[in-house]
Amino acid sequence: MTTTLTPPTPPDHKQGRVRRPKAARAGGTLHAGPIAYLILALFTIGSLFPLVWTAIAASRDNQRLAETPPPFWFGSGLFDKLEIAWTDANLGEAFINTTFVAGVSAITIVVLSTIAGFAFAKLRFKGRNAMMLIVIGTMMVPPQLSIIPLYMMVAKLDWSDQLQAVILPSLVSAFGVFFMRQYLIQALPDELIEAARVDGASSWRVIWHIVFPAARPAMAVLGMLMFVQTWNDFLWPFLVLTQNGNPTVQVAVAGLGRGYTPDQSLIMAGALLGTLPLLVVFAIFGKQIVGGIMQGAVKG
Amino acid sequence: MSTGHDTAAAPPAKEGGAAPGRPPADGAPTEADQRRRARLSRRWQRDMRWSPYAFVSPFFLLFLAFGLFPLIYTGWASLHTVELTAPTDMSWVGLRNYTRIFDDDFFWNAAKNTLTIGIISTVPQLLMAMGLAHILNYKLRASTFYRVAMLAPYATSIAAASLVFVLLFGRDYGMINWALNMVGIDNIDWQNDKWPSQFAVSSIVIWRWTGYNALIYLAAMQAIPQDLYESAALDGANRWRQFIHVTLPSLRPTILFTVVVSTIGASQVFGEPLLFDANKGASGGSQHQFQTLGLYLYEQGWVNQHLGRASAIAWTMFLILIVIGIVNYVISRRLRASS
Repeated sequence: MTTTLTPPTPPDHKQGRVRRPKAARAGGTLHAGPIAYLILALFTIGSLFPLVWTAIAASRDNQRLAETPPPFWFGSGLFDKLEIAWTDANLGEAFINTTFVAGVSAITIVVLSTIAGFAFAKLRFKGRNAMMLIVIGTMMVPPQLSIIPLYMMVAKLDWSDQLQAVILPSLVSAFGVFFMRQYLIQALPDELIEAARVDGASSWRVIWHIVFPAARPAMAVLGMLMFVQTWNDFLWPFLVLTQNGNPTVQVAVAGLGRGYTPDQSLIMAGALLGTLPLLVVFAIFGKQIVGGIMQGAVKG
Repeated sequence: MSTGHDTAAAPPAKEGGAAPGRPPADGAPTEADQRRRARLSRRWQRDMRWSPYAFVSPFFLLFLAFGLFPLIYTGWASLHTVELTAPTDMSWVGLRNYTRIFDDDFFWNAAKNTLTIGIISTVPQLLMAMGLAHILNYKLRASTFYRVAMLAPYATSIAAASLVFVLLFGRDYGMINWALNMVGIDNIDWQNDKWPSQFAVSSIVIWRWTGYNALIYLAAMQAIPQDLYESAALDGANRWRQFIHVTLPSLRPTILFTVVVSTIGASQVFGEPLLFDANKGASGGSQHQFQTLGLYLYEQGWVNQHLGRASAIAWTMFLILIVIGIVNYVISRRLRASS
């Protein structure tokens, strides 16, 4: 399955900043007019409104939600509802579980991807290009198609409701390898490695003392992207973490939605709690995450 | 493939070490010195030759264990009867799982829905992303703010997003029908009518991914050399013609890439229709009106408890993806040949 995978735009060290000569005002450097701002405003509202409205709905009771017009502003019940959702959906345990799962996955993926990405970017070995093509090719195989045998394995090992059943399959990340390779090709000067080699450094020492320090910004971004991805993972945790309750946040939130509670505002409170931590991360590190996505330019 | 060191899978060593072996520089050699150096240089060469394989092996081992092997085993399981309650007991049935699903109207229904939901969610999504990227590529005030805001849906999980959209798309009290009423459109039944429900499910996908794809297009646009625009401007091309004749051709590989990734994503849609269903089942609505293949797989495997049949569905989806991959390859070659 060869696809023209085009490798993302090369990492731009001054990320986000467009380097264009001032004199060249011809093409894309035009100042945006009012219509452009209007369209941007509409899309921004469209992106943020459902999230804000989740909080509004969570702050109202069900009677109010079953009236027209729907509520546009916050009621007074938000914190009560959040508290009920927290206990009803067992979100405390779910948060601990998900933080553990997403943290372990993200850290492992980042370390393994950096090492492999370094090999693909800077070391010469037989079969390198073919192996890189295989890595990219694996991105074309959706993991969902493998769930049935994985489910059988979990049953055989008696791992259902155990977190390692969720962590292990999530460690396969072709995106991570590709991402770190793209970064290191640019960010790591060959001379630096050569110099270390002349001093007699082994490959492991090169990785420890040169690659890791040089890769740190990209590792941080990849770590955040992988954390988000694992945090939001739904299908597989939903299949293996159900029977006795050792849920991740998404499983718990979905459980609220699929339970028999008719309490819509409670469901919204749960959805809000499950999303909030990532929104906080995005609010703080948004710029870096945007830069990382634009550097990797591949869907994970 | 085991540890990467001394593996049988490694290539034969014809040219002594691929990287330039470089023994440490030195002064006057004594005998002991020389022996030490020989030993070091042997270790050095081993390091240079085998370490790269050790470094890339974890990815391949993990993929083998949790990607490739399960994928192939799915094909094997699809030729057996396997019950969910005893997933390790398998009995051979040949191709019967396949004939069963091909005889099932709901399979074809799910395949059609996957196609239509895929189109409804992917085409507008990528078109809007392209327009957005074009606007984001202007000189803007607070450009980072827009980018982060448009990425907020990407931070929202499928589970949370779907549950919110159920409410927004409510027939009697939902925000969207209320807004439509304001402009004189009657209430639409976003759950039970076929096309509205497919649109509603697709809108969750569109909402989550448009901003992300816009950033990818934006990254590619920023990599287009400025002189291309300058010479186009000298030739008298206006902004629209510059977009058609400079921007789009330069983005062709990126567009193709996003189309491939979105297609694969669209073939796997599962959580959105599962959680959008007000009946909380896995049938994708009371008339299966928005059941996708992913959801049909889940229904067969985990509701009806036929893992063998679910495997046959998974394997069929895999074959469809291979066909799409081949078609895409042919198209991209054509495109490249024509340019």
